[in-house]
Parts: sequence; structure tokens; C-alpha cells
Amino acid sequence: MSVLSIQDISKKFADVDVIKHLNLQVNEGEFVSILGPSGSGKSTLFSLIGGILAPDEGTIILQGKKINSQTGAVSYMPQSPSLLPWRTVLQNVLLGQELKGTKDTSKALEMIEKAGLAEYAHSYPHELSGGMKQRVSFIRALLSPQPIILLDEPFSALDELTRLDMQKWLLSIWENNRRTVLFVTHNLEEALFLSDRIVILSNKPATIAAEFVIPFTRPRKEELLLEDDFLQWKRKIYYELKSFMEQSS
Amino acid sequence: MKKNRFKGWRSVIVLLLFFFIWELAVKIADIPEWLLPAPSTIMTEAITGFPSFSEHLLSTIKLGITGFALGVGFGLFVAVLLYLLPFVREAIYPFLILSQNIPVIVLAPLLVIWFGFGILPKMIVITLVCFFPVTIAALDGFKQTSPDLRHYMKMAGATKSQLFWKLELPHALPSIFSGLKISATYSIMGAVISEWLGAKSGIGVYMTLASSSFRTDRVFVAIFAIMALSLIFFAAIVLIERLLIRWQSKGVD
Repeated sequence: MSVLSIQDISKKFADVDVIKHLNLQVNEGEFVSILGPSGSGKSTLFSLIGGILAPDEGTIILQGKKINSQTGAVSYMPQSPSLLPWRTVLQNVLLGQELKGTKDTSKALEMIEKAGLAEYAHSYPHELSGGMKQRVSFIRALLSPQPIILLDEPFSALDELTRLDMQKWLLSIWENNRRTVLFVTHNLEEALFLSDRIVILSNKPATIAAEFVIPFTRPRKEELLLEDDFLQWKRKIYYELKSFMEQSS
Repeated sequence: MKKNRFKGWRSVIVLLLFFFIWELAVKIADIPEWLLPAPSTIMTEAITGFPSFSEHLLSTIKLGITGFALGVGFGLFVAVLLYLLPFVREAIYPFLILSQNIPVIVLAPLLVIWFGFGILPKMIVITLVCFFPVTIAALDGFKQTSPDLRHYMKMAGATKSQLFWKLELPHALPSIFSGLKISATYSIMGAVISEWLGAKSGIGVYMTLASSSFRTDRVFVAIFAIMALSLIFFAAIVLIERLLIRWQSKGVD
């Protein structure tokens, strides 16, 4: 069953097509990555789904309801951790629930503990490292009550080692929770490692250029990154991406 | 912390040196007391005259605190109003700045003519002096809300009032406190000026009486009392700030 269904949406900024006739379905419990070059309209797509922008054409449907320009229908994890500096980790994690009404402190504490941040529950964001802040931000998104989580290049500001760490961590947490996730990235390896399905976005105007269902079994381990299968997939998608970048330029 | 204390000592030494030179100059040049009293004379007057002075001191403190509270309340109210209603801001902002160009000394007698000798004209004077720094600081603070955080809050479905109470107001707190510190020091000055409008007691009254009877030592007692009160007010605000803002704002991310 599809949780999120984006039907034929288009968006223009000052007569420039940024998104044109884009269609996308995300199914219950699925991890879908959107892969595209920088400036390909990924952030615009998220702003449309998040309801900050209104599409010029088309509809966005979440669980059977139209959510065009309706904010707060999806849970969101931005590129920067965006934690409120005057709130402790626990208070920050509860923010998503707070905005929607009900707070569940014990569940929040449980999640913080599972994330390995138990001793930081009452610390302020400035006392945390970059990776820890992103973990807190992800837990906040997980705890928010909405049926789908949007992740907007959440690891792009982290260094390579922390990044891999975070990917493994995200995978382990997610495989235990199986929330529906829409993930934006420009990192092919990251998309392959994490997702069930990869959607490739074309550059300006953005449409769906290609789609791949990734067959790797879960739970996935770090070793997967170096298996032949994985590398073959990487090569395949890479060539696809390349050919298509050449076409469009 | 250690460094701060050291710096504090340095300014204390400078102050002592200043008083020492003052004392010496008065003694050597044999300046008459009504022209410039020595610090020791002022000190003696402060101690012996304290029982009668304390009444004035207390009444100024009360006036200052009430006026400060009123001024800050008004200042914050104006700031929030102007921030939430941009078209009002465009219309009113120039007048806010102009309001600070009115010479209070000239305005004060007018206020007496309009409102009599009661508490109202005094409150108007103090509010006029106190509200501006708070309004400007709060407006700046609201405006500087991190766009990343605002974007997140909007995506997460925050309503306008949630955006204000949960993000913009706490985000502006450090700025608001800078405004409060300035207002706190102004409020005592404002209180003293407002007492010139005709009050039964207060440092302002004491000061006018002293200067008209050539009790220069008492004038200096009043000046030092005003300084001390302003400092204490300032310190109180700093203390509240420390208690309230435990998180250090080292950039937001």
C-alpha cells in the first residue's frame, strides 16, 4: 500500500521549470532514496511535500488525503541538525510530538538510550559532537507521529568516517522500526547501502529519470559495501547516471 | 573567571588612585568645601547622613524598579507588536527613534502640566527612557532567528504561535537581555529625573535640596548613590541572565 503518492506535480520559479510532471510512490515501511545532482530540485521537492511550497500542478497524497501546502503532515530531518540550543536532548527529541499535541517522555528516553545517548539525555546540544547531534535529530524525526519521515541529506555535513558510522547506526535503528522513509542524497554508495529502492532525479527540470529496486537482504552489514554484488550495482547505476548527465548537458 | 577577577582588581586600583589624587588635590590647593569637597568629607557625610538619606534612597529604588518593570513590559509589548505586524512596524518605527530625541528635561514640566504631580508623569518619564533599548534589542533578536531552525519548525508543522513561543522568543532572549542591561542602568537616571518633577522624597529631591543650599558634599553623595544603584541593577540583570540562559549560544546548528 502506498503511503505517499506524488501525482504529476510541477513547480516553476520565475518561469523556470524546477520540477516537471514528477510522479512518485512510497510504500508502507519502504526506504526510498532520491538520488540526484546538487541543485536538481531535491530540496524543492521536499518543500512541496512538507507543505512550505505549493505545487503549480498535481497533487500530493498522504494516506489517501491531499496534503498540498499543508505543513506538519510529514516528519522531517533537515541537513543541519536544527536542534534548539536552549533545550536539552530530551526536550529537543520531544519537540516533534509537542508541536502535534501528545508527549511520550518514557518512549523518548527509551529511544535515546537505544541510540547510545543515555548519558546525554539532559545535555544541551552545544555539548554534543556533530554525529551525536544528527542522531538526536533523527530520533526526533522517528518519534514524531507522522506516517512518513523525510531525510534531507542528513549526513552530508559529516566527515567520511562519522558518515559511515551514522549510516550503520541509522540502518540498525531503522531495521528495528521500519518506518516509511524518503531519503534525499547525492551519494550513490549511501543510497545503495540504505535503501530498498533508488529513484534518480534528472537535472532541471526534475523528473524521475530511472528507478532501481535494490535486492540486498536485510539486516545489512558493513561488509556489504565491499561485496561484488554491491560493486556491480554501484557500477551499473553509476554508468546510468553518467550517460544521463551527458544527455542532459 | 580568574582573568575576570584580575581585571576587576585593576579597575579598583584605578578608582582608588583617582580618589587619592582627588583628596590630595583638594587638601593641597585648599579648595573650599562648597566648591569641591574631598572624598573623605563625602564619605563622612554619607555615613553620618545615612539615616535621613536612606528614606530618599528607598523611594528612588521603588520608583526605579516600578518604572523599569513598566518600561520593559511596554518595550517588549511594542517589540512583539511590531514584529508580528510588519505593516505597523513600517509606520511606527521612525516615531520610536524620534521618541528618543525628545529632551526629557523639557518634557518633564509639560508632563506635570498635563498630569499633575502624581505617579503617572514619573512613570511616563521612566518608561520613555527604558523601553527603547529593550524594544530595539528584542526586535533585532526576533529578526535574527536562525533560518534553518525556522525552516525545520515550519516543516514540522509549527503554527504561528508555536513558532513564536517555542522558537523566536527563546532565540531572542540573549538580545533582550542586552537591552535589559542598558535599560536597567537608565532606569535609575530616569527615576531621579522624574523626582525633579516634584516628589516628597527620593534621591532627586535630596539632590535638588543639597545643591540649592550649597551642600556640595551631599550632591556628591547623591551622585555616588545613583552610580551604585545603577551598578547593582545591572548586576542583578546579569545574574538573572546567567540563571535563565544556561545554554551558551555558540552559533546554531
